[in-house]
Amino acid sequence: MHEIVTPYDMPPGTDVAWCPGCGNHLLLEAVKSALQTLEIDPKRLVMVSGIGQAAKAPHYLNTHMINGLHGRALPLALGIRLSNRNLVVVVESGDGDMYGEGGNHFLHAIRRNIDITVIVHNNMVYGLTKGQASPTSLKGMKTPVQTGGVLLEPFNPLAVALGLDAPFVARAFAGDVEKTKEIISQAITFRGFSLVDVFQPCVVFNKLNTYQWFRENTYYLPPGHNAEDRTGAFETATKPGRLPLGVLYRNESRRCYEDLLGIGDTPLHARQQPDRDSFQKLIDTFRQDHTG
Amino acid sequence: MFFHNGGCMIVHQPVATPMHLFADDLSIVFGGAAGQGVQTITSALIPVMKKEGYHLFSCTEYMSRIRGGSNSTQIRITGRKRQAYVSRIDFLFALNAQALEHLQERVSPSTLVFAEKALLPEACSGQCIDTPLQAFASQAGNPVFSNTAAVGIVLGIMNIPLDTLTDYLRRQFAQKGETVVSQNITAASLGYAFGRQTAETRDIRVEIPRHESQSGTLLMDGTAAAGIGAVAGGINFISSYPMSPGTGVLTFLAWQSQRFGIVTDQAEDEIAAINAGIGASYAGARALVTTSGGGFALMEEGLSLSGMTETPIVIHIGQRPGPATGMPTRTEQADLNLVLFAGHGEFARAVFAPGSLEEIIETMQKACDLSQLFQIPVFVLTDQYLLDAVSTIEATDIRLHPIASHIVMTSAGYEQYSLSEDGLSPRGVPGYGEGLVRADSHEHDENSRSTERFDVRKTMVDKRLRRLKTLRESALMPTLIGRADAAETLIISWGSTRGVLEEALDRLGNPGIAGMHFSQVFPINPALRHLLEGKRLAVLENNATGQFADLLGLETGRKIQHRILKATGQPFSVEELVESIRETDHA
Repeated sequence: MHEIVTPYDMPPGTDVAWCPGCGNHLLLEAVKSALQTLEIDPKRLVMVSGIGQAAKAPHYLNTHMINGLHGRALPLALGIRLSNRNLVVVVESGDGDMYGEGGNHFLHAIRRNIDITVIVHNNMVYGLTKGQASPTSLKGMKTPVQTGGVLLEPFNPLAVALGLDAPFVARAFAGDVEKTKEIISQAITFRGFSLVDVFQPCVVFNKLNTYQWFRENTYYLPPGHNAEDRTGAFETATKPGRLPLGVLYRNESRRCYEDLLGIGDTPLHARQQPDRDSFQKLIDTFRQDHTG
Repeated sequence: MFFHNGGCMIVHQPVATPMHLFADDLSIVFGGAAGQGVQTITSALIPVMKKEGYHLFSCTEYMSRIRGGSNSTQIRITGRKRQAYVSRIDFLFALNAQALEHLQERVSPSTLVFAEKALLPEACSGQCIDTPLQAFASQAGNPVFSNTAAVGIVLGIMNIPLDTLTDYLRRQFAQKGETVVSQNITAASLGYAFGRQTAETRDIRVEIPRHESQSGTLLMDGTAAAGIGAVAGGINFISSYPMSPGTGVLTFLAWQSQRFGIVTDQAEDEIAAINAGIGASYAGARALVTTSGGGFALMEEGLSLSGMTETPIVIHIGQRPGPATGMPTRTEQADLNLVLFAGHGEFARAVFAPGSLEEIIETMQKACDLSQLFQIPVFVLTDQYLLDAVSTIEATDIRLHPIASHIVMTSAGYEQYSLSEDGLSPRGVPGYGEGLVRADSHEHDENSRSTERFDVRKTMVDKRLRRLKTLRESALMPTLIGRADAAETLIISWGSTRGVLEEALDRLGNPGIAGMHFSQVFPINPALRHLLEGKRLAVLENNATGQFADLLGLETGRKIQHRILKATGQPFSVEELVESIRETDHA
């Protein structure tokens, strides 16, 4: 690893388990750079992940972190935010983790609109398990399991997120660190559930969707793109052909779950003792009635 | 025909004794379809009886449907405190014909059956009582008041002043206006007069001793006790997915969420529930999940995550018969093996199995404390029968202890998994102190760096398991029932079978047989061994294979001679347990 240049760098000599040339390295650089620009105190930041190569990202950032189970990063993030809303929570995981194993949590985290940022490393393949199709693999891609080529249409995370009115929907390409950093900064600053689907080439198991392929098959949304138009965003997200990059949709009007639940600023770890008078009142309820 | 001709049974009774005298124990059962009002009747009757100073116990059996079917509730009124189901029925109130059929095996020649004339078989004049509930209700102004009339009848028979009921009705229906209140009171009075008259003509006398009505005596079901225990244990986060019979605890905490600041989240599935609980706990919340066996099966990987990351979590499981969907509204104790062996890999855990309201509250508090102290998952195993059963508890038996948080303020360089003699590391949480709190589901070193070094692996496996020694040595000892030291035979129970064992042993009155009840079933305190020495052992369990008997054999090396088992979906009745113990004793 390089010498320490940001507060988020791990000590020199930290072993990084990603392959040389992997898009994850670039994405990590973009994330650090965004955090540094936003001046987020590592002591206020919790990185949360599931399992997979992408999910190792929190190990390479010098902040609080919890690296949980495959597909289950979002429920962890939910529990953390509801217990201490002073913490900035960023989830980083892969396409298989988020859109496959954790699909139900993806839907319901968006429905709740928890104030977290979700960065999905989307390399359109399962890397750590050696090259099977992921939910986002393109139709026809041959793998050791999908021997005759992938039969199904790829999962479209942007369209699904828009369908659920996710208030911040964006896509980036890790090959462009500067733009990726900008998009991630916006996502972290945004109050509510922010999805950043990041194209990130797997140089070992995906010979189809290479850096070159992504450059040729993506385009940045034009400067005049109306990010408040959900229907337009949906149309852009589902249009065949080249894939859009940038902030597709922003909806500032949705209230986040923490606010709807009335979660206060005092973290749960600071208020563990139930109030004695309230407890007495609870007990008194049962002097006459017999059930809750 | 399922009715006995009671008439011939009573001809030779001496004149001085009432035909139907209840001096110590009365069992009233209400049967009807879901939605017909069994619950309305019992929820009026129970507080009124409590106010009158009776000891009471009530349990319910119902079908997994919203309307229709056949459900019943038993209310027992006893001279001394009892917490068990009896199959005997003294008064049966049947609200429909199916109820008579559903309960026919429990109807004996001495059962008095109250029902509309049309529902009653012709040839049962001796024990059947034509009870015009509908007519009373219509007279009062609305067919829905038939339930209130039924409550009035019971009070009339028992010769309890009607005021207690009218007070209750005034409070209960105050918001619905004066008309509804007065119509209810009319229905209650009509029923009451009928009850008085029936008691006289049938010579029914209830002379069960009463106590001063104590305001310190509380009335609640097992679910409420579990909720109170969770609150007292400092639970401030619950995420769960509804599943009978575990849902009630979620409902209870949602009800109390404002008062105690409990964050309540209905999860999209059980996997989300336990992972949200672990996330919350990682951030410093005291987290609980509640479910049943099937829901917990989905949580298993999360359990293992709690073990690996050393994150406290309390798991309440209301057991019901499995496998798969099984019988959703019935009862069983067949998930002990599930919780003992759940989760891949090896890590420490503790399992509580309360058998009374007092024990539910205490073990729930204890589970919260232990999970925080030892940084492990802790289970509280209940079941449908225990959760739905209503009885009394003294307010003085509920204690709110100061909560020990065990959370430390971290300093720079904090390591989440630092090594120590007892295997426990100081517990930091993110955002409290200068340190960084890093938790990992992979094998990891002291600072949570994933590792494949075999020496680190060995150290960490040992670290996580070392706490089992202290856990084991501090495990709750079983409660002894009767003179266990003098008895040759010990009947061992755990969880919800405590009340039925106590009463069965009382009835048997055999000094050679004593009981033992475990409210903590894992780990087992090594000091138990000497209590079992030289005894014949029988284990009583509401399951088909004797899971606790197996565990006890494994933990103590003792051979368990007998297993008293039942896996029909119903709890043990006192009568059948008395029979089973007799058979065991003669075997």
